[in-house]
Amino acid sequence: MSAAPESSGGGTVEYIQHHLTNLCVGQCDPVTHKATGFWAWHLDTLIVSFTLAALIILASWRLGRRLQTSAPSGFQNVVEAILEFVGGQVRDSFPGHNPLIAPLALTIFLWVFLMNFMDLIPVDLPGFILGLFGVHYFKLVPTTDLSTTFALSLTVFALIVFYSIKVKGPVGYLKMFLFHPFGKFFIPVNVVMTAIEEVAKPLSLGLRLFGNLFAGELVFLLIALIGGTLAVGAVGWLFWFPLQVTLDLGWLIFHLLVITLQAFIFMVLSIVYLGMAHQEH
Amino acid sequence: MNITATLLGQMIAFVLLIWFVNKLLWGPLTGMMAERQKRIADGLAAADRGRHDLELAEKRAKELLHKAKNDSAEVLAQAERRAVEIVEEAKGAARAEGERLVAGARAEIEQEANRTREKLRAEMVTLAVAGAEKVLGREIDAKAHGDLLNQLVKQI
Repeated sequence: MSAAPESSGGGTVEYIQHHLTNLCVGQCDPVTHKATGFWAWHLDTLIVSFTLAALIILASWRLGRRLQTSAPSGFQNVVEAILEFVGGQVRDSFPGHNPLIAPLALTIFLWVFLMNFMDLIPVDLPGFILGLFGVHYFKLVPTTDLSTTFALSLTVFALIVFYSIKVKGPVGYLKMFLFHPFGKFFIPVNVVMTAIEEVAKPLSLGLRLFGNLFAGELVFLLIALIGGTLAVGAVGWLFWFPLQVTLDLGWLIFHLLVITLQAFIFMVLSIVYLGMAHQEH
Repeated sequence: MNITATLLGQMIAFVLLIWFVNKLLWGPLTGMMAERQKRIADGLAAADRGRHDLELAEKRAKELLHKAKNDSAEVLAQAERRAVEIVEEAKGAARAEGERLVAGARAEIEQEANRTREKLRAEMVTLAVAGAEKVLGREIDAKAHGDLLNQLVKQI
């Protein structure tokens, strides 16, 4: 189970740190592999998320080619159920009509769920396999990278701003900042309050997803440590290894709920924020 | 842990993925589902219409059956009436024919009787004349007593 600790010299902290380091290209520290500037590319995050996106596109394309109207089967039923679910959420939380919202929500749900799902792959497995090919840093879960979660939340934020201005008009948008919570006698306070309110949206979206998934990953790592570094000798291994398996299974099942929930929350909050952007005050 | 240029890549990927999902997944599937919904609604409407038509047809069939029953009863009654009439007519005709035959026979009998009577009368005249001749011993002049004899014959 624990090939990584040995390869990185052992030690709990090092093991965890190693697992939380991205495969960095560009402006990176050659020793710690941490990004030192903005122009650093996390190849693992990009590769995994692009692969999952490609998976979604491929599956959609294959499904779209043989859609059955009267007798849908297997996979199409599942996708239709997800579509109905997402469509229902959009209808419930989004006032008015915007053809972009539902595909956006569906994309968020599918993509975030799949990226989260990478968290359920045994933590040492990808590292071990890629280690055989000479790749020593690989963080499999894209949503444990702030760049990913903020990419999503900032895109949503851009849409929020865009639609706010489009629906309310530039003047209306400005007025929202100036007069929003307390009326016209507290303009400086209003500006600060509204700015915080608006900035809090993408920030909370991105940090919530990142935090949950990062914590989940960390717990998986800690559980993996039980059988790795704690188990010393055959007797110790006999005691710790079943404990690790039990805990891992429990956390896995619980985490299955967490990753779905996080994808769902991200989707619903995006819909709600964009709905708020479409409302005129 | 800090935000890097990966962010840009992910944003571009996200926007592209939204476009692809809309183009390949959301668009076709919702279109298909709407079409299915329409088809189901159409089917249900057609079923309703069919049921309505069936009800109407059943009603009409019942009406037709009723009418046919009435008609047939009427036809039967008429036929019966006609049969009775025919029988009565035939009876009348038979009776009349019988009467006619009887009358004819009776007339013939009468005629025969008359004829026989005439014959008898004539013969009786002859016999009476012959008897009288014998009685009188002489020939009676037929001419002289013809009128008398004839009167006699008529009296018989």
